[in-house]
Amino acid sequence: MNPDASTIAAGAPIEVDLSPIAEGQDIKVFWRGKPIYISHRTKKQIDEARAVNVASLPDPQSDEARVKSGHEQWLVVIGICTHLGCIPIAHEGSYDGFFCPCHGSQYDSSGRIRQGPAPANLPVPPYQFVSDTKIQIG
Amino acid sequence: MSGPSDYQPSNPALQWIERRLPIFGLIHSSFVAYPTPRNLNYWWTFGAILSFMLGVQILTGVILAMHYTPNADLAFKSVELIVRDVNYGWLLRNMHAVGASMFFVAVYVHMFRGLYYGSYKEPREVLWILGVIIYLLMMATGFMGYVLPWGQMSFWGATVITNLFSAIPYVGESIVTLLWGGYSVGNPTLNRFFSLHYLLPFVIAGVVVLHVWALHVAGQNNPDGVEPKTEKDTVPFTPHATIKDMFGVACFMLLYAWFIFYMPNYLGDADNYIPANPGVTPPHIVPEWYYLPFYAILRSIPNKLAGVIAMFGAIIILAFLPWLDSARTKSSKYRPLAKQFFWIFVVVCILLGYLGAQPPEGIYVIAGRVLTVCYFAYFLIVLPLLARIEKPRPVPNSISDAVLAKTGSRSTPMVSTAIALALAGSLFAGSIDSAKASEGSDTPPANKWSFSGPFGKFDRGALQRGLKVYKEVCANCHGLSYVAFRNLAEAGGPGYSVAQAAAFASEYKVKDGPNDAGDMFERPGRPADYFPSPFPNEQAARAANGGAAPPDLSLITKARSYKRGFPWFVFDFFTQYQEQGPDYVAAVLQGYEEKAPEGVTIPEGSYYNKYFPGHAIKMPKPLSDGQVTFDDGAPATVAQYAKDVTTFLMWTAEPHMEARKRLGFQVFVFLIIFAGLMYFTKKKVWADSH
Ligand code: FES
Repeated sequence: MNPDASTIAAGAPIEVDLSPIAEGQDIKVFWRGKPIYISHRTKKQIDEARAVNVASLPDPQSDEARVKSGHEQWLVVIGICTHLGCIPIAHEGSYDGFFCPCHGSQYDSSGRIRQGPAPANLPVPPYQFVSDTKIQIG
Repeated sequence: MSGPSDYQPSNPALQWIERRLPIFGLIHSSFVAYPTPRNLNYWWTFGAILSFMLGVQILTGVILAMHYTPNADLAFKSVELIVRDVNYGWLLRNMHAVGASMFFVAVYVHMFRGLYYGSYKEPREVLWILGVIIYLLMMATGFMGYVLPWGQMSFWGATVITNLFSAIPYVGESIVTLLWGGYSVGNPTLNRFFSLHYLLPFVIAGVVVLHVWALHVAGQNNPDGVEPKTEKDTVPFTPHATIKDMFGVACFMLLYAWFIFYMPNYLGDADNYIPANPGVTPPHIVPEWYYLPFYAILRSIPNKLAGVIAMFGAIIILAFLPWLDSARTKSSKYRPLAKQFFWIFVVVCILLGYLGAQPPEGIYVIAGRVLTVCYFAYFLIVLPLLARIEKPRPVPNSISDAVLAKTGSRSTPMVSTAIALALAGSLFAGSIDSAKASEGSDTPPANKWSFSGPFGKFDRGALQRGLKVYKEVCANCHGLSYVAFRNLAEAGGPGYSVAQAAAFASEYKVKDGPNDAGDMFERPGRPADYFPSPFPNEQAARAANGGAAPPDLSLITKARSYKRGFPWFVFDFFTQYQEQGPDYVAAVLQGYEEKAPEGVTIPEGSYYNKYFPGHAIKMPKPLSDGQVTFDDGAPATVAQYAKDVTTFLMWTAEPHMEARKRLGFQVFVFLIIFAGLMYFTKKKVWADSH
């Protein structure tokens, strides 16, 4: 009952052009049926994400480990709540990040879980920068 | 009770079969001669009611499956087409959807009955465990059935429930992928759920056979909890139990019909009339009401894995009940303390159900935790403890003694019920206050609609005017894709003739093709065509409207609602208030205000609307006085437009509403007479048995 061949084939990598995304904005693209948030973070959001004490987080991970160096302003995460799979809303909640409407989990501007029943950070999908304004997801 | 039957059919043909397969003997000994305790009360008719419901569900389900398409792109539409175009499709669908709820109503009564009278105790442990298995299978079947219409709640309910398995360490993720057949809930998921939803009812039927078999080996429990000893303690199943069950089923059907014909959407969620959208999670995800207590338990535990374990534990614990409660006395009738705790437990379950439907914030979370502890404490602390410390009252020597000694000992359960209900009431009151405080938005005013109530009919004039408003105003942005021009001439609609509908259709340009040259072309509409949508696809609609796609209006009055809250939703059951949707639509159309009130900021490109959730609506004020002129002299005011177009949209959402209410009345007359006949027959049959 695992995914069939065509489903797997449709899950091939995709390319996304980042140039239309202004600072402070984000877009949602679908890859393998999953929503991927690409946010162009503001300076404030980056600073906030880096100011926290990593050890105090429920799922400790530094912001540096969640973005590509040299492209700190870009956060790419899978927009699926690690609790039970709802889609969190961007730019909501008390941490300048994401808020899940289902059971109230809150993620910060690095997509890390800060509050609520979700056990883990929003996962970072495999991706790399093809050029300065283009990424390939998958 | 069991063993070879001495039944001999008199007909030679039946004798021939009986000698080779003693099936008539089996039926005779199980359902005719079977001795049933004399003192059973009406709570014991729920077994028959459940068998009846299983039959109804399988029958309606098989027919529905002939018309349903299990495909992520077509499922939602195919369900709508069943309701609109299949002969009595609306009836089949309502029977099946409401039937699922009624099935659970009956099973909960049946389970609480077993709990109260100790029906799980020696020698009925296996019988009870089979019951728990049936209940688990029912939950799985009900859940998968709810996914099939592929609305928003179907989709997100499926996402949340399948994700429960991801809590399992190490293998969780792979199990979830296996359930989905993909990387997220999608078409493969829908297909396998359809397949399983068709399969499981037959598995249930199989386990029911085992359940009944075990029942007939161990014998029925009874309200006094003493086993039958002599002939005098029992009566033959037929006619005594048969006729009593028939009366019980007839009464239950009255409740069932009340929902089918008068409030088919009362138990459902308005969001499920919005097609599934993997990109948007609805603000409150709520499972069907029968899972709510368990959902509340899941949410009240802040840790994912622990929450999932607690939820499943809450069900599995039932299977261990025979060993948790080791008291010798079966019936709570003779257990003064157990009786009190039983009622408290009932209230705890109801309150958990209420909390499961509330947003997971503030007081609700705390109340949920307290009640979760109560739930488990009942099984793990109260029952084992009571078995040690409680002094039960003496039980009668035999069933016939109990029947003879039947006096007015009715008052005690009443007292404990009253205490329990008062407790529930105060808790409820507390939670509502906080709910009110947190909402703070305007509720739409209730209108008088011609189509409300048990005899409601559409006002033809309003439908025709509403169609005109739709055509001249709404149709610029909103589609009406489930409505065909031919529907305009159908009974219970705006009352146009077939020729008028055809003329109306021909004013539209419809895309058709490809023709012989392989090109698409436009032609005038025909009655069989559907209203064309203003935009070719959702992206175009979104782009042309500042990022918010105007929703299709075919189902809008059923897909929108607002929270009624307690106690209104209780009153609504009796008053048949079903018009939240129309009230909301009419209110939004009239709720525009030039300037947002102090302290409310409305983003660029949005407008302030008093009744729209969040108040910032993307649709500019659609109606203004004098915009549409009516031929029948009705006032050209926004209030009139709003009312007419809402009436029209109620008709597009449910074109067979008049037929539903008409048939409902006939069914009620029949059922009341039938139940009356059953009652008097039952009295006669039982005259010398009491
Ligand atoms: S799914 Fe996001 S908090 Fe439960």
